[in-house]
Parts: sequence; C-alpha cells; structure tokens
Amino acid sequence: MQAVQVLDAKGLACPMPIVKTKKAMKELASGEVLEVHTTDQGAKADLSAWAKSGGHELMKVEEENGVLKFWLKKA
Amino acid sequence: MTVNKITAKQMARKIIDKESLFLLDVRNSSNYDDWKIEGHHFHYLNVPYFDLLDGVEEILPKLPRDQDIVVVCAKEGSSIMVAEMLVEAGLTHVFSFEGGMKAWSEHLEPVKIGDLSDGGELIQFVRMGKGCLSYMVISQGEAAIIDPTRMTDVYIDYANESGVTIKHVLDTHLHADHISGGRQIAEKTGAAYWLPPKDAEEVTYDYYQLEEGQPITVGTSAIDMHALYTPGHTIGSTSFIVDEKFLMTGDILFIDSIGRSDLAGKAEDWVADLRQSLYSRYRALSDDLLVLPAHFMIIDELNEDGSVSERLGTLFRHNHGLNIHDEQQFRALVTDNLPPQPNAYQEIRLTNMGKQQPDADEQREMEIGPNRCAVRS
Repeated sequence: MQAVQVLDAKGLACPMPIVKTKKAMKELASGEVLEVHTTDQGAKADLSAWAKSGGHELMKVEEENGVLKFWLKKA
Repeated sequence: MTVNKITAKQMARKIIDKESLFLLDVRNSSNYDDWKIEGHHFHYLNVPYFDLLDGVEEILPKLPRDQDIVVVCAKEGSSIMVAEMLVEAGLTHVFSFEGGMKAWSEHLEPVKIGDLSDGGELIQFVRMGKGCLSYMVISQGEAAIIDPTRMTDVYIDYANESGVTIKHVLDTHLHADHISGGRQIAEKTGAAYWLPPKDAEEVTYDYYQLEEGQPITVGTSAIDMHALYTPGHTIGSTSFIVDEKFLMTGDILFIDSIGRSDLAGKAEDWVADLRQSLYSRYRALSDDLLVLPAHFMIIDELNEDGSVSERLGTLFRHNHGLNIHDEQQFRALVTDNLPPQPNAYQEIRLTNMGKQQPDADEQREMEIGPNRCAVRS
C-alpha cells in the first residue's frame, strides 16, 4: 500500500480537503494510492462518502495527534 | 463575490413564524439523515458538497425559482461555495446559512413565558437546533437560571441587559445529552450552583445540595420556588414549582413524550421511580400548573410564540406516556425499543461530573446531533 503521493491538507477547513483530494486524484493512474493528511474532523465521514460515490477505495484511516490520515486507491 | 446570509436567529424566527423555505443541505447523507434543521413548511434537498465540485447544473431543475433557498452545511465553508455556484448559475434568493449546523446547535432563542406575582418574569431559552430548554426566573433585580447550556454568555448578557444579578444556578439532574453551563455561570457570577445530591455522588466540585422542599429565594419578595423529588430519568431528577404557577419537569415529562430512564444505565431499576413520579407525584399537583420541560423533541411541540409549555391537566389527557394504565405496558415502553442514545452521552456525563475537561471544540463535537432524551410511542 505504497502511496505515490502525500497530500498535506492540514489546517484547511471544509470543503478544501476534499477539493484538493479530488484534484490530486485526477493526476493519479487507476490503482495508485494517495495519502491525505487533514486536521478537519468532518473530513472523516466526508472523505469516505466521497470515495464511495467516486468508486475509489478507502483502504485505511489513521488518527495521530489530531491529524487524520487517509489512504485512497484510485478507481 | 459575497453571498447573502441567513443567521441562526433569523432561521429561528422563520421556524416560529411558520415560513416556507427551501433548504439545500450539502452535508454528507448520514449526517443529514441523523439531524437537520426542522421547520413546519420547509422543503429539503440533500446533495453532499463533494458531489457538486464540478458544477451545480444537475441539481438546478430540482431547485425552486419562487422560494428562498438556504444552503446549509456543517460549518459554512461548503455552503458558501455552493451558494456562490448557484448565484453564478443565475439563481437569485440564495442564502448561505451562517455558521452552519455548528451555529444552529448553539443558538438560543429567548421567549417570555409569563409574569410572576411580584412583577418578575419567567424566560425560556429555546435551543432550537438541539431541543434543549433552559430558564431564567427574574424577580426584584435577581435571577435564577435552570438547566443552562454551555453557552453561558447568553444568560449572563441577558441578565446584564435586564439589570439583574444571577443568584442561583440549578440543574434538575446530571445531564447526559448536553454539557451544563451551570458551574461556569456560578464561577463567573458568584451565584450558587445547585444539583440534586443523588446525581452528584461522583462529581469533583463543590455544589449546593438540592433537596425536596428546598426553597430558593429570588428577589426580595421570595418567589416561591421549591424542589420536588421526581426520580426516574436519573435517580436524582428534581422538579421545580415556581410561584405556584409553573412546573419545571426537567427530563421527566415532556409535552408529547416522557423521560427515558436508561441514560445512566439503569432502565430496569428506575422504571418504577419514573412511574411513581409521573403517575403519583405529578398527579397530586394542580392541573393548572404550566409544565416547562428541559427538552422538546419535534417542532410540533412549539407553541405559536415559539415557546414550549402546556398545562399539566392537558398533558394528563393527551400525553400518551401519562395514560398507560397497565404497569407492564409502561415498563415495555420505557425499556424496549428505545431510541438511539445521544451522541457521546457517557463523555457528556463525565464532563458534567467534572471528571473530563474537554476544550470548546471538543465540547461542540460531543453535542453534535439531535436530542434523544425521551421515549415516545
């Protein structure tokens, strides 16, 4: 599950974490993994719902010192 | 571009005035399904903001042209974005809901309930977004506050504007659905903080013991405000009778439902207490008392002026929870098929005991979501 890119969205408020994630995912090839870091607690539910609606796979979520980390595999 | 806004206060007014409004809620569907802004004549469309990043064309046909549209999200970032897109697409009458559901959860609307016999008055603070009700008894330059929320400035400002000193702060019980502002108000104003001792066995702070028969004096003419022990929602739950006119029932009796007894983990044990409080203790009181609960569940419980109250006699006729004659049936109502428990209710109880000290943001997160303190049938 090696991420090809890490997106730092820390300190950004909704909707920016998803706006940036969407943009970054566009550059990836199918099957590649994006790692997203955010401090927006609301992103937890939103990112998983967004991934689902786009067919992407949310492989893992971790929380460390208030930073949420997501690993998303592009559809 | 600046987008027009609607504040929580304006929204509360629109609900009370039964205005019609179209709400475009752009939170994710699970949050929307859990909790939204309720109005008598509101229409809704829920489309998450992340499905609108490429444009709003797809939803345009679903939006009204002749009605105000308010875009709602969690904290307003996304609703501003979506509202801007709608305006760019040529829609007028589009507003962003200021502060989002976070602001909605925290807004308190003061409504006057009535006058007291010595010229004082009783104010109800309606927390529309969460269904919490708190009160201020004002008399002769003094005030007592009952079941205050953590938005303590609202009460302190209100007292200052009314030129009165807060002398007492009381909680009818240890709350599980919201964080009490009682201790904080007492600390800021020097008022006495009262709590039923049976609910306070584990608290980490000093308080005044609220026992049955305890008179609380507000103002020089001593508004008669006495405590009545009515366990069932919690073991300490206490009601207040104010000026022989008003009955504050806490979380024991609501307008269209009754209290649940499981939030402190003891539904089975406390059913008999709850029944005794509702069917014997309240039954013995005057039908003319105006019941003022600590919560409402649905907006149908709001009166014309936005207040939540009803005569005790009327509730004994119409509240289903007061009309279950079979004890087993009553037991089943309050122990089976209970609604989901409030968000973070254990953490909220610990916070109200003083055992946890979450910061402001954490407190806000803990309280997110609807109120769930009642059982209805």
